Amino acid sequence: MALLQIAGLSKSYDNETKVLKDISFNVKAGEFVSIIGPSGAGKSTLLRCINRMVSISSGEVIFDNAQVTSMKKRALRQLRTNIGMVFQHYNLVPRLTVIENVLHGRFGYKSTLQGVLGRFTEAEKEQAFYLLRKLGIVEHAYKRCDQLSGGQQQRVGIARALIQDPKLVLCDEPIASLDPNSSKIIMDHLKSITSELGITCLVNLHQVEVAQQYSDRIIGLNHGEVVFDGLNYQLTEDKINRIYGTQVRELITV
Amino acid sequence: MSEKVMQKRKWQTTIALVIIIAITYLSAAITNFNFIDGLAAFPTAIGWMFSHLLITQESLEKLPAILGKLNETIFMSIAATTTAAVVSIFLSLMGSKTTSVNGFLSMFARLIASVSRNIPVVAWALILLLSFGQNSITGYLALFVGTVGFLTRAFMESIDEASHSAVEALTATGATYFHIVNKAVLPQSLPQMISWILFMIETNIRSATLVGILTGTGIGYTFDMYYKSMNYNVVALITFSIVIAVIIIELISNYIRKVMM
Amino acid sequence: METTMKPTYIKRKRNGQISIKAGSKSERGIRWTIILFVVLTIAAFMFFDYTGLELWSAIIETGQNLKVMFFQPALNHFTWAEALYQVGVTLGLAVLATVIGSVIAFFLALMAATNLTKEWITKFVRVIVAFIRAVPTVLWVLIFAIAAGLGSEAAVLGMLFHSIAYLVKAFSEAFEEVDKGILEALKATGSGWWHVVTHGVLPSTFTYLLSWTFLRFEINFSVAVAMGAAAGAGGIGFELFMASGFYFDLREVGFITYAILLIAIILEVFSTRLKNRYFPSSMSK
Repeated sequence: MALLQIAGLSKSYDNETKVLKDISFNVKAGEFVSIIGPSGAGKSTLLRCINRMVSISSGEVIFDNAQVTSMKKRALRQLRTNIGMVFQHYNLVPRLTVIENVLHGRFGYKSTLQGVLGRFTEAEKEQAFYLLRKLGIVEHAYKRCDQLSGGQQQRVGIARALIQDPKLVLCDEPIASLDPNSSKIIMDHLKSITSELGITCLVNLHQVEVAQQYSDRIIGLNHGEVVFDGLNYQLTEDKINRIYGTQVRELITV
Repeated sequence: MSEKVMQKRKWQTTIALVIIIAITYLSAAITNFNFIDGLAAFPTAIGWMFSHLLITQESLEKLPAILGKLNETIFMSIAATTTAAVVSIFLSLMGSKTTSVNGFLSMFARLIASVSRNIPVVAWALILLLSFGQNSITGYLALFVGTVGFLTRAFMESIDEASHSAVEALTATGATYFHIVNKAVLPQSLPQMISWILFMIETNIRSATLVGILTGTGIGYTFDMYYKSMNYNVVALITFSIVIAVIIIELISNYIRKVMM
Repeated sequence: METTMKPTYIKRKRNGQISIKAGSKSERGIRWTIILFVVLTIAAFMFFDYTGLELWSAIIETGQNLKVMFFQPALNHFTWAEALYQVGVTLGLAVLATVIGSVIAFFLALMAATNLTKEWITKFVRVIVAFIRAVPTVLWVLIFAIAAGLGSEAAVLGMLFHSIAYLVKAFSEAFEEVDKGILEALKATGSGWWHVVTHGVLPSTFTYLLSWTFLRFEINFSVAVAMGAAAGAGGIGFELFMASGFYFDLREVGFITYAILLIAIILEVFSTRLKNRYFPSSMSK
């Protein structure tokens, strides 16, 4: 049984232009899947439909045997707790410490009162330090996030997603704001999430080479439609051209 | 191409200047303002200030009473600002795009803020004076209402600017509204908010002087009394006390801002 | 290896729990500032002069007054034409203080901008501006009223001071953001100081200066209302003062308040648009 099933998913923000058109694919537990496509293809919207950060216009999203499309408050919180998310701009609280930002990932498990009082168990804190050590930034634990470099901040973002104990991690352009060195570190960490912890990863990327290097499977998106869905070695030159359009090919390799 | 743009900008600038000059002349006509008289009055006025606004030994005897009134005014401004800030935090959370619960509450918060901000403090003071009478509460309430309006708008901007992305991330982790507000929005925008509160305390001390003249309280009333009895030495002393108080508060505010950032 | 590294990074509280706060200076600063606010506020309520205050009846009465004001506004002591004229006077005072203020502020700001002037001059101008800002506008107006008589000249002169202080700060910051390259390029061609100002600084900041001037005009409108009420400067503010303090005519107070509110909101809509267009990230302080 697939962890995530998407069938006939469509999304439009203004009832006229469809950002996503009839998208269908499944993701098995433990897969590392990249979604590639030109900007404006609907990659971000697709990810946000899965954890319902945006509402779904029509179609079905089934995560872990639960219907996502119709979820209401409590079920929705439960869903989001099981899905971690990593953002292009890290989306941390800049003034708070690294460790606090990581622990924010535990709020999904807490009642309003516990969370507001800021009570975290010792086990949760130990887990946070364990993750920071694994990601190689434990020495920055008590620094404010705005004192960290982009690559370090993104690792805090990954730690925040992992401490949720998620079944799936959604990454929205995780390396788009980073230099090549930091990008490699981040992609290696994301890869190890799947290979070591067995957590499924769904990553939006715009660099084809990175997608080919790291993923098991690649989904190509263009104008809100799936134009390619296959294993990484099946992505040939003319398939890439179908995703990006021939002319802009040179631009996106940079 | 760029020559055309330059030409167009030059035209726009000229038109803007012509309109401004026309409006200025119209304003001078309607208010009976005479530029020559105004210009002539200025050096006379400055000369008058240097010869009449002198602090004498005699006026210094009034200092303890003046400081008492100044104290009352400063505390009134602080209390009005801090209590207004508490209300404004709730209103701005309701009104901000990032944290609003629903469209109706958001509109409601923005409407309240707009009305209380756009009716001048003097109007509030005069309205409240009718039933609250001549005491600190009248001035306090007048400042309070105006401050709520101003701080709500300022806080809304601080919230939107500071925490939009973090709110998205925390929503995605399954955090509740109160988690998000308490642990992301407030910690991130608090320094900015405190900075606005400090700014508003300074502003309110000046406004409190004005309100005091109308409502017969605090340093404003004392000023008005000596002003009307033409005791300009005491008027000078009061003015300097206010200047020193405002500058000290400004220095403290700057220090706090520096430590917080 | 791993276990010996462990304790160095984890900070613990006295009770042995892991701390998650950095304990930094800024955290403490914020905490102490809030405590200070709370203490001062409580002290303030103890110091207040509560003479003749009957809180409950005052609240009820104010509620009734507000109801009369806002639901039955009317004009009794003067006509529509007169009301319009008085609003015009208030707007006129605001225009004069703003326009004259902006011209003077322009020259002072040139002296206050660090990239255009020597350091000691900027410091001197800034000290003067700080002093001017510390004196409430109403005191400036009242003091000028003695010297210039209780006419519009006194009101405008008094209002000028804060307008200048505000605009000098705004203008000089705008000047300081002018691209260094533009100034250098002009200086390299051997242009004089005035030439640099009129051909380099002014064209690249003109729209900002206009926007700031309009933002100040919005503030000056409510200042002009206040000066009418508290310093006898005339205009709609004075009528407000007469209606409430002299005739005790709540319906007229209501009408005047609506008139002021209407204009203030129109001005605010304009200035918000200006701000969003020209100052998208920061707000005017």
